[in-house]
Amino acid sequence: MTPKPNITRRRVLGALAASPLLWLARVWARPGRPAARPIPSSGEAIPLVGLGSWITFNVGNDRAARDASTEVMRNFFLAGGRLIDSSPMYGSAQEVIGYGLRKLGRPADLFAADKVWISDGDEGRAQIEASRRYWGVPRFDLMQVHNLVSWESHLPTLFAMKAAGQLRYVGITTSHGRRHGDMTQLMASQPLDFVQLTYNLIDREAEQRLLPLALERGIAVIVNRPFQQGGLIRKLERHPLPPWAAEIDCTSWAQFALKFIISHPAVTCAIPATTRVDHVLENLGAASGRLPDAAMRARMAAHVNKL
Amino acid sequence: MSEWWTYSLRDLLLFSPQTYYRMFELYNLEWWPLQLFTLAAGLAILGLWRRGGSAAGRAIAAILALGWLWVGWAFHGQRYATINFAAGYYAWAFALEAVLLLWLGVIRGGFAQATPSKLQQRAVLGLLLFALLAFPLLAPSMGRGWAPAEVFGLAPDPTVLATLGVLLFAGARPYWMLFPIPVIWCLISGATLWTMESPDFAVVPIAALLAVLLAAGDVLTNARSGRPNG
Repeated sequence: MTPKPNITRRRVLGALAASPLLWLARVWARPGRPAARPIPSSGEAIPLVGLGSWITFNVGNDRAARDASTEVMRNFFLAGGRLIDSSPMYGSAQEVIGYGLRKLGRPADLFAADKVWISDGDEGRAQIEASRRYWGVPRFDLMQVHNLVSWESHLPTLFAMKAAGQLRYVGITTSHGRRHGDMTQLMASQPLDFVQLTYNLIDREAEQRLLPLALERGIAVIVNRPFQQGGLIRKLERHPLPPWAAEIDCTSWAQFALKFIISHPAVTCAIPATTRVDHVLENLGAASGRLPDAAMRARMAAHVNKL
Repeated sequence: MSEWWTYSLRDLLLFSPQTYYRMFELYNLEWWPLQLFTLAAGLAILGLWRRGGSAAGRAIAAILALGWLWVGWAFHGQRYATINFAAGYYAWAFALEAVLLLWLGVIRGGFAQATPSKLQQRAVLGLLLFALLAFPLLAPSMGRGWAPAEVFGLAPDPTVLATLGVLLFAGARPYWMLFPIPVIWCLISGATLWTMESPDFAVVPIAALLAVLLAAGDVLTNARSGRPNG
């Protein structure tokens, strides 16, 4: 039986009250490199901005598009990026990542994050092995249960693989605000290293329970859909960037949106996806310079709500 | 999939419009100049329809069956499946439709032309001409250029629409068994284009709806006039 999450108002408020101090202490920045934040379960720091592959890297056998994806990855690594995230659900994205990594000589800094997405729990290991071969990596750094599909079967497998040194971290994912109740239960009851969820300037439900719980339980948070699959940026770009965005070193709406996400003390890494080199550099740029404090975050959210 | 009802069509789209249309471009490049032959085969359907008779019916069914087989294997199986895992199922569905066309149209010779009404004749002609000649113009007219043009016999949409046109005159009554796969495909194609915000998303579903309504109208008219429907 799954134990009930032990979340009390006092514990959550306590974690939130301490969070700004934790955040200041935990963001590590080197000049010219994206700021990083530690994974709570290990202390290993990863840059605040990673690279997603949903839709953008699903280009099939198109050699030119595969080469373009490789260029995105090359610039991502050159600018200090580390975490790339994918899933067997993303069509050819895993193969395209593997193609790029082979051409780039598999950068040593790569933090390979993938997912298991199959309803038959007995097939989990085989799917993970197939994904590993697509990527061409010796092992994954992070393996997550995609959208909590058959988590009852997959989580024991992933914990066993972690214990055997076949992967380094275990996580669960959701998106578009789904199954937050189930995620809360699992975060409270399972020894998870990571959770992945949707959080952005508009979709802020995670602030209520999941992000405080992640802080309290010491679980790293990867944020997907930071731009609502581009829809948020298309909406924001109809308006001028407010002049006060310069106070947090924003030069674009994309950086504005990303800085809002990664400045939340519970967030470890946001994973925007892109097909463009200029965009991947712009995204990583959001992890440099000043980050908004709580007052600025409130101002950012209020401003976007008014648009 | 958990809570599948909470997923919108947009959540299920795995690829970008650029990747989707680039797929047609690469597919056309790979098989050029096969487009000229498939288009000629499609235009031959018009001539065979005018000629009428059992042999012409068999030839029409054979052309369509080959088109469905080709699209299933070369388009869905070899191309589309690389960006959409559902395309493997589409390939099997297209193969099944090809088998049905071969069985009912070629082996049993059921595609001998009936005597359609004037309205149906116009609809048949309209659907065939649209599928064969107008559909390849959609890509350039939408600003996508000629390279991803969708041609009868190679691309699914014009092949399916031409089939629906033929089904309006094939046999003394509609072959309802041959309708589900084309109609479902038209809905899938329209939904895919809709999620990609393509302005031409409604073209194929509307054409399918028209074909089904005309076929159903034929059955009703025959029933009222006392003509046999079977």
